[in-house]
Amino acid sequence: MKLEAANISVAVRGARLVNEASFGLGGGELVGLIGPNGAGKSTLLKAVVGVGPRAAGTVSLDSRPLHSYARLERARLLAYLPQERRVEWRLSSREVVMLGRYPHQRGFGPPSDASRQAVERALSLVEAEPIADREFRVLSGGEKARVLLARALAVEAPILLADEPTAGLDPYHQLHVMEILRGIADAGVAVLIVLHDLTLAGRFADRLILMNRSRIVDSGPAGQVLTDANLKHAYSVNALRRDEGSEQFVVPWRRL
Amino acid sequence: MTYPLLMIVLTVAVSAAFGVSLLTGPSDIGLAELMSSLGSAGADSTALILEEIRLPRAILGLAIGASLGLSGAALQGYLRNPLAEPGIIGISATAALGAVIAIYTGLSLAYPLALPILAIAGSVLAVLVLQLLVGPGGALSLILAGVALSSLAGALTSLALNLSPNPFAALEIIFWMLGSIADRSMDHVHLAVPFMAAGWVVLMTTARSLDVLSLGEETAGGLGVDLSRTRLLVVTGTAISVGAATAVSGVIGFVGLIVPHLLRPLVGHRPSRLLPASALGGALLLLLSDIGVRLLTPGTELKLGVLTALVGAPFFLSLILRHRSTYGL
Repeated sequence: MKLEAANISVAVRGARLVNEASFGLGGGELVGLIGPNGAGKSTLLKAVVGVGPRAAGTVSLDSRPLHSYARLERARLLAYLPQERRVEWRLSSREVVMLGRYPHQRGFGPPSDASRQAVERALSLVEAEPIADREFRVLSGGEKARVLLARALAVEAPILLADEPTAGLDPYHQLHVMEILRGIADAGVAVLIVLHDLTLAGRFADRLILMNRSRIVDSGPAGQVLTDANLKHAYSVNALRRDEGSEQFVVPWRRL
Repeated sequence: MTYPLLMIVLTVAVSAAFGVSLLTGPSDIGLAELMSSLGSAGADSTALILEEIRLPRAILGLAIGASLGLSGAALQGYLRNPLAEPGIIGISATAALGAVIAIYTGLSLAYPLALPILAIAGSVLAVLVLQLLVGPGGALSLILAGVALSSLAGALTSLALNLSPNPFAALEIIFWMLGSIADRSMDHVHLAVPFMAAGWVVLMTTARSLDVLSLGEETAGGLGVDLSRTRLLVVTGTAISVGAATAVSGVIGFVGLIVPHLLRPLVGHRPSRLLPASALGGALLLLLSDIGVRLLTPGTELKLGVLTALVGAPFFLSLILRHRSTYGL
């Protein structure tokens, strides 16, 4: 399934948060959306999902405008994982993941077998079976991030948009989350993630989209986007870099 | 306790409380007489007391309690705030204002049903004002608009008391506002119960959306929950059920706050499961309270709203003390 966003603009009380942003995302791709704080990455993601402030521009799935899909149909095609990791009430991890099945469930009955299986698959993918019956709110930050990722995976949508899924995680869990995302992309899902860690972005993403000051300023393979000029203009930093075979290592080094 | 078992226990308890409510009152009617009178359409005094006095009282106790419990649970779920209750969005206050206007203008003397009708009109007006005030906003906007609406309705009620033409009207207003279901007739039942039942249906349709709202408005929106529709349903369902309840009983506080709070751990914290359980729990609490006012102070009956507040407030404080360490999590 192919997602196409064209000329997305978001303005809130006169402030242009996203300006004429256009990008495409295809099945099997893991794309990193990078850029400094306040560049408009999260706002762009929300505008594509349709949950943030009112946005101009068009989003289409397989050339059909997103707004022409019924609300639940759209939710089944487009999974969204916000940065917020708050869950109200003392629900168990499994119940939280089951909420990801909302767009698939109708009526008031118990969840279908398909939903139960999808929840177990998602829990096993993020290796969260041991904490499935524990209360979500007493989990550690890394455990919460994995359970919420499982919640988004349980939708089993062909497109996944995730806002900083690795934020606040230790290196082990950062790598774990990136490997999971890489895995579902390799299985055919179109994945777009907002990332601040340029090293992870350079290693795992097929393609990067760089935003700065509410605009998309560059996009392409990591090697072409993480250039000295781009890092200087967007982040005001320089970087150490090394090519390790097929993988690129970029480590931000000094402020400019 | 499993969820089905809890629902069965609550249903049995509500049925028992309903029966006891029919048996409680100044004239001594035993279980045998109750049974025989229910079977026959007799016109003897026992049947008359049961049908004209106790039956409407028990039905109203059940329905009003269910309305308060259910709407409290729905509001707590929608606002994701365990301190929410029907009063917080201004429904009780505007319904009360409608009733106060009926008493103040003397309409209720000329036509007794003018009071509940104006009270229901007040709550319907509240929904329209809330919709206009909140617009596309979320939970926080609703709380702010509700607080503003509550204050305005409270001020207008005070104004009516202030300008009251005679002390009797003022006294009547105050007594009415204390909340009671004594001396209500089947007319009240026929007027209010259909509205309350309609409100229950509307509130129940929000159950699954409330579950998903546990994840926050953004995630819920991304999962296909129609946020403005959910808000409209919660507000409308609360307004017609609690508006109709307030219309026949006056303001009865704390039931909508405490019942969901008490039952939440027993249903496993899920908002959707809490809805029907809180309806039953509210019905049980109000039936028991109404039996309580008749037993505690026969003759000069304590008002129901006074009892629920007297018992409810300290109980709520103790809950906060017991749970304050866990609220942070």
